[in-house]
Amino acid sequence: MAGTGIGARVERKEDFRFITGKGNYTDDINRPGQAYAYFLRSPHAHATIKKIDTKKAAAMPGVVAILTGDDIEKDKVGGLICGWMIHSKDGSPMKSGGHPALAQGKVRYVGDHVAVVIAESLAEAKDAAEAINVDYEKLAPVVDLATATKKGSPVVHDVSPDNQVYDWHLGDKAAVDAAFKKAKHVTKIDLVNNRLVPNPMEPRAAVGDYNAGEDAFTLYTTSQNPHVARLVLSAFIGIAPEHKLRVIAPDVGGGFGSKIFIYAEETVCVWAAKKVGRPVKWVSDRTEAFLADAHGRDHMTHAEMAIDENGKILGLHVKTRANLGAYLSTFASSVPTYLYVPLLSGQYNIPAIYGEVEAVYTNTAPVDAYRGAGRPEATFVIERLMEVAARELGMDPAAFRRKNFIKSFPHQTPVIMCYDTGDYDASLKKAMETHDVKGFARRKRESAKVGKLRGLGYSAYIEACGIAPSAAVGSLGAGVGLWESAEVRVNPVGTVEVLTGSHSHGQGHETTFAQLVAGRLGIPIENVSIVHGDTDKVQMGMGTYGSRSGAVGMSAIVKALDKIEAKAKKVASFVLEASEADIDFKDGQFSVKGTDKSVDFASVALQAYIAHKFTGEQLEPGLKEGAFYDPTNFTFPSGVHIAEVEIDPETGTTEIVKWTAVDDFGVIINPMIVEGQVHGGIAQGIGQALMEGAVYDKNGQLLTASYMDYQMPRAGDLPSFTVGHTTTPCPSNPLGIKGCGEAGAIAAPAAVINAITDALGHEGIAMPATPQAVWKATQASLAKAAE
Amino acid sequence: MYNFDFHRPSTLRQANGLMGKLEDAKLLAGGQTLLPTMKQRLASPGQVVDLGGIPELAGIEQKGRNLVIGAMTTHAEVAGSALVKAALPGLAALAGSIGDPHVRNRGTIGGSIANNDPAADYPGGLLALGATIVTNKRRLAASDFFTGLFSTALDEGEIITKVIVPTGAKFAYAKFRNPASRYAMVGVAVAKKGGKVAVAVTGAGSDGVFRWEAAEAALQKRFSAKALDGVATPSAKNLNGDIHASADYRSHLIGVMARRAVTTASGK
Repeated sequence: MAGTGIGARVERKEDFRFITGKGNYTDDINRPGQAYAYFLRSPHAHATIKKIDTKKAAAMPGVVAILTGDDIEKDKVGGLICGWMIHSKDGSPMKSGGHPALAQGKVRYVGDHVAVVIAESLAEAKDAAEAINVDYEKLAPVVDLATATKKGSPVVHDVSPDNQVYDWHLGDKAAVDAAFKKAKHVTKIDLVNNRLVPNPMEPRAAVGDYNAGEDAFTLYTTSQNPHVARLVLSAFIGIAPEHKLRVIAPDVGGGFGSKIFIYAEETVCVWAAKKVGRPVKWVSDRTEAFLADAHGRDHMTHAEMAIDENGKILGLHVKTRANLGAYLSTFASSVPTYLYVPLLSGQYNIPAIYGEVEAVYTNTAPVDAYRGAGRPEATFVIERLMEVAARELGMDPAAFRRKNFIKSFPHQTPVIMCYDTGDYDASLKKAMETHDVKGFARRKRESAKVGKLRGLGYSAYIEACGIAPSAAVGSLGAGVGLWESAEVRVNPVGTVEVLTGSHSHGQGHETTFAQLVAGRLGIPIENVSIVHGDTDKVQMGMGTYGSRSGAVGMSAIVKALDKIEAKAKKVASFVLEASEADIDFKDGQFSVKGTDKSVDFASVALQAYIAHKFTGEQLEPGLKEGAFYDPTNFTFPSGVHIAEVEIDPETGTTEIVKWTAVDDFGVIINPMIVEGQVHGGIAQGIGQALMEGAVYDKNGQLLTASYMDYQMPRAGDLPSFTVGHTTTPCPSNPLGIKGCGEAGAIAAPAAVINAITDALGHEGIAMPATPQAVWKATQASLAKAAE
Repeated sequence: MYNFDFHRPSTLRQANGLMGKLEDAKLLAGGQTLLPTMKQRLASPGQVVDLGGIPELAGIEQKGRNLVIGAMTTHAEVAGSALVKAALPGLAALAGSIGDPHVRNRGTIGGSIANNDPAADYPGGLLALGATIVTNKRRLAASDFFTGLFSTALDEGEIITKVIVPTGAKFAYAKFRNPASRYAMVGVAVAKKGGKVAVAVTGAGSDGVFRWEAAEAALQKRFSAKALDGVATPSAKNLNGDIHASADYRSHLIGVMARRAVTTASGK
């Protein structure tokens, strides 16, 4: 599509500053008189702190202050919180252990915050940190997820003597038991969803600033949701009341969920700024990011699927153990519960589903939402089950999926979700045609000729995005509402600023949101600016995660634009001397029905502000409107990804040779940006499937604490993706948007593993399927074939 | 990084003098290991003597049947050298496979072998080729120079000046990269000169680079990948195991990489 409106491939407005080094990231912000913070972190996974001796360190050159958990306690700085209450099967609330911003009496993971040194330079702060003498009494750590709740295990938090956070369930157990009794066939699998380190390009950072004259704080930080950060720092941690705390999240270089959370470091920077009377800056190095950014995934799951004699699914029983690490991070409790089990129905008509989730503490970094958050875990379970079941039944995996697809909408699943619309057959069909699935057998023979094993794997995923109807999530335990806000300010010359509560940290909102506004008002896209990430400019907002900025954030803008148009029509009616009911607005022109009288948008804007054509009694001057949008349902993006791999059996190396994605994101604002989102998501999903995995040793030391040992996907590891779409517009929001930010990361892991197991003759393999793991599986597969 | 004093001599003589005089001094070649280690505060030399300003340590020459490579020659220079490409294309390819473009344009042959990282590429190549390492004091055969993990026959303060590599061999190097770091998890260098075959293995040995004699014997009879069928790969007992590769997997990969190197060296 030409132009710059909805559906156009508009080049990203923000990229010029990013690719020319003109971005303004938190580390680019320096305040007059600023000092530097360095955190002394625990070298032990689990230890009692008997004494912290800072005397020698405090006397070292450049040291401004050294603060510990005692100071936090004295100043009554509240602990970090988990904002979603989960109740166990027995009705008891989850067991939430205290989470002080600086350790009090005990450290619970390697990287836990023991003290902060604030000094004139970072080097001096580091030197002084080395001189702090901490007397630890080492305790045995809890590291292994499988045995964390065993009797006699060390205890991470006294509130939970068995290390269990909650034992939660969802669904109808009796109905599922009945389904399994009727089943002709039961497929069972055991899976691990590997633990991931988020690794955004920009590490976390914070600058705390205190203005004694106004008794007001400013926090610059790498946040995906600065308003939520302000709310938590104010209402729960108690740094300052909201009107005295401004949070600015300037340009942010990626988040993938890890920058949703309110961490110890920014809390300490803003608190310490007042305490030492200096702005305090902290920038994470990459090692700190590995140790202390909230990790993702880390599930162990046993799942069973009941199937009847016709290959129809009767029921699903999933039992998962989720590692939440040493402390409950901001949204940790919701990820393996309400963001996970309600997605286990996948794209399939499954009459009975029962999910049980036991969340546990371990002496490892906190685990929270990471791109997809619960939905990749659910997709991996259901799509591995579909693959294994199809093969056990001797059915083609695509045909087995098609047989069980949901075909009519709306569809109420047994686990909360009501899917509003979709066409799963259409995306499967288009994906199979695009991929040339028919030619696979020939390609497999050609690979065999050169000693390679070729395999093809499907992943038919669904996700719940556009989170979320506030009342609904409130009833499920959320501590906040998940609406979004927007304010549209039209300037007297007709240019427009849009203030949004969404936050862009790579998504391209400055472009896509401007496309919406320019198209709607009929003005050049250059005349639209998007303002976000500053609590002093944008009144309130809920931020960006869960693919919500299009479906929820842009819907709020639409509501505000509706009001702008209504007001502008009133102004135009005075300018054109016509009745308001006779004013049409199209392509930036206000005109009087049935006449050739018209006036453009910019002129109406000017008239709104000079207010010469109407009196104060007739109309308020100005053209500025705000709106809040609370969604009425989740959105349900879905699609089919097909991965084709070639394995070198000699080395175990897996090459992704072909990839087709056909996604249904509803209405697409900018296909180029959507393709970029899909590419990035698939890359991360391939990373999870083949490469990434956080590994702790038995002492709780993170073995994969740098890129020397933690493998990230590189461009050379990836094929050229073929990306296509089918479209069923979302009926619950005004633009018909479903969301696309997480789809690739949700779909990809199952597609890759299904392809590998196809190539290997159906041997199971765990993620990450590294060369070593694939080689071992290949040996096992060859040995079996030889029998 | 801790504070240190920085010295940049312009002759080998000056460098030698500094190393004799200074306490707690480290030689800086390309800095691809030393600088990251210092930045992480894992190394804290009080004195750093940079060899980058000494012209006599740079450059590549053909002298008779040998290539003479100055110790401060970067990997990119070896990889791109017309002399190396003509005389020993496998050595140019080895240099071109080290690290990434940044590393190849800073890292040097002298720095690499002085560090003798068990996962480095040059030690395997130079051992198989029977190179001679020349220092400001003496000449050492590669087989005498590499003495174990991160250890060499170099004395305190001894400076490598050049590496003499005999030409005329059929030579190739095949490596399997560590998926995360991209260092050699297993690297096998094969050189055939006349009737003699040398096979050197890097990345895998628990005591650093080593020769695989059983493969050499088999390849001396018949220089073909097939000759290695049935030859037991080096015992896992003497190999490294870590989260990326068990010793057994490394042992297996030595066989695979050796076959691939032989195939490349024989031009098939």
